[in-house]
Amino acid sequence: MSQATLRVQKISGHAGSVPGEDTQRTETVCKLVDTTTCIGCKACEVACVEWNDMPFSPTTFDNTYQTMPDTRWNYWNLILFNEHEQADGSLQWLMRKHQCMHCAEPGCLEACPADGAIVQYTNGVVDFQQDHCIGCGYCITGCPFNIPKLNSVTKRVYKCTLCTDRVSEGLEPACIKSCPTGCLHFGTKDDMTVLANQRVKQLKDHYGFAEAGVYDPPGVGGTGVIYVLHNVTKPELYGGLPSNPSVPLAVKLWKHPLKWLGNLAIVGGLVGLFVHYLRFGPKAREDEDIPSAGARP
Amino acid sequence: MTTHPERFAPHHHVLRYTFAERLNHWLAAGSYLYLLATGLAFWSPWLFWIAVVLGGGQVSRQLHPWVGLIFACSVFYMYSLWSSQMRFGQVDREWWRNLHYYITNQDDKMPPAGRYNAGQKMLFWSFFYGAIVLLLSGLVLWFTDYLPWSLRWLRYLAVLLHPIAALVTIGNFLIHIYMGVFAERGAFGSVIRGDVSMAFAKRYHPGWYEEIIGSANDRK
Repeated sequence: MSQATLRVQKISGHAGSVPGEDTQRTETVCKLVDTTTCIGCKACEVACVEWNDMPFSPTTFDNTYQTMPDTRWNYWNLILFNEHEQADGSLQWLMRKHQCMHCAEPGCLEACPADGAIVQYTNGVVDFQQDHCIGCGYCITGCPFNIPKLNSVTKRVYKCTLCTDRVSEGLEPACIKSCPTGCLHFGTKDDMTVLANQRVKQLKDHYGFAEAGVYDPPGVGGTGVIYVLHNVTKPELYGGLPSNPSVPLAVKLWKHPLKWLGNLAIVGGLVGLFVHYLRFGPKAREDEDIPSAGARP
Repeated sequence: MTTHPERFAPHHHVLRYTFAERLNHWLAAGSYLYLLATGLAFWSPWLFWIAVVLGGGQVSRQLHPWVGLIFACSVFYMYSLWSSQMRFGQVDREWWRNLHYYITNQDDKMPPAGRYNAGQKMLFWSFFYGAIVLLLSGLVLWFTDYLPWSLRWLRYLAVLLHPIAALVTIGNFLIHIYMGVFAERGAFGSVIRGDVSMAFAKRYHPGWYEEIIGSANDRK
């Protein structure tokens, strides 16, 4: 598959239909992150920065393994560490590869007003097109995972592209390629789901993680990045992974009922005023008598 | 009253809006039109072409907040000019109750409005409070990337309040344009040249007319 064949299935801020919609079917791609075998080596972070040709990003020291608090416009992939004390007093060192989740129903794309600034390819990858981005930051509001980051100089928003340039050429993303423990997998969504469930069964049957499970939140239609967690009932432990993410209610209200009510009100108001002019016309000239009953003949 | 040495202009005209009032009105009007155009472009994909016509989406995004500041300043100056004349009184409540006569052009049946009728007062206050909500929510949207994740509820509030307040002002704006340009002859000229005829004052703002006549008599 070459880049030329990447078809788009959703376009932000776009009036009308999506060109070439439904002309081609593609497998949905997916990253599988097995947090139970991640060692926090950050090879995926380095690979991401390297492949995407981004500069070294200064780190901050806060007495933990956390090198920086959050992803940045030029740092799209970050391991989030958490030292979690369990009920029995034992310590769990949790680490999660944090990046764009490539939601099936992306809140960023829904909130974006700029035509074509955010697209979703038929393979499920959500990609920002910086040449169309107007820097309004609505995607930041729309995202339930706190992913899009604005470059305050260029006024464009950036995030993980799921290595679209690699994936479209049949390669795996750079982060996946670099993982030394094999905790990162890449393939079709169906295959990754099967693999994740196999691992969960293993964790339950052989390792005593009764709460192990797959994180693939339905509130955003499922994601293009799925996690195997030791404890799927408490995803917040893994660097604040939301337990039931969805497109924010405010964004849904704004983009659906409010927009249509507003459009109806504006158009209705214009039509109403025009009809009023036809029916009653302008008021009588101030030096004329007001015609009886006010109305025109 | 910088352009008119007397309140009474020649040919039975009377000064309605001073130079400062007129200039500020057009500052507000110009900035509002730009905000409306670019705001509508961001509101609906079907209107995004407006942003393209006005220099591109990036330019529109960059200028919209700055023009918003100009508009807010202009509205606050209006507040200092007019707020004391915009208080709702008994006659305004009566005027509002008889609105159907006004709408059907039976202006002789309207209670005597002062310098501003109740509709104009409603327009003023909707724009004043609208501007405050638009300014506050607009600041959140302007600097949205500086807000920490823990304060994201402010963003959610802003993306709802900004269009709601804008829609309220748009409704009032449409009526304002209709009344000023199409329905009430003489109204548009008053905000350009500043004066209206005495007959206009007497018909549409009898309370104000009485005031002018009264003060003219006092001077004699």
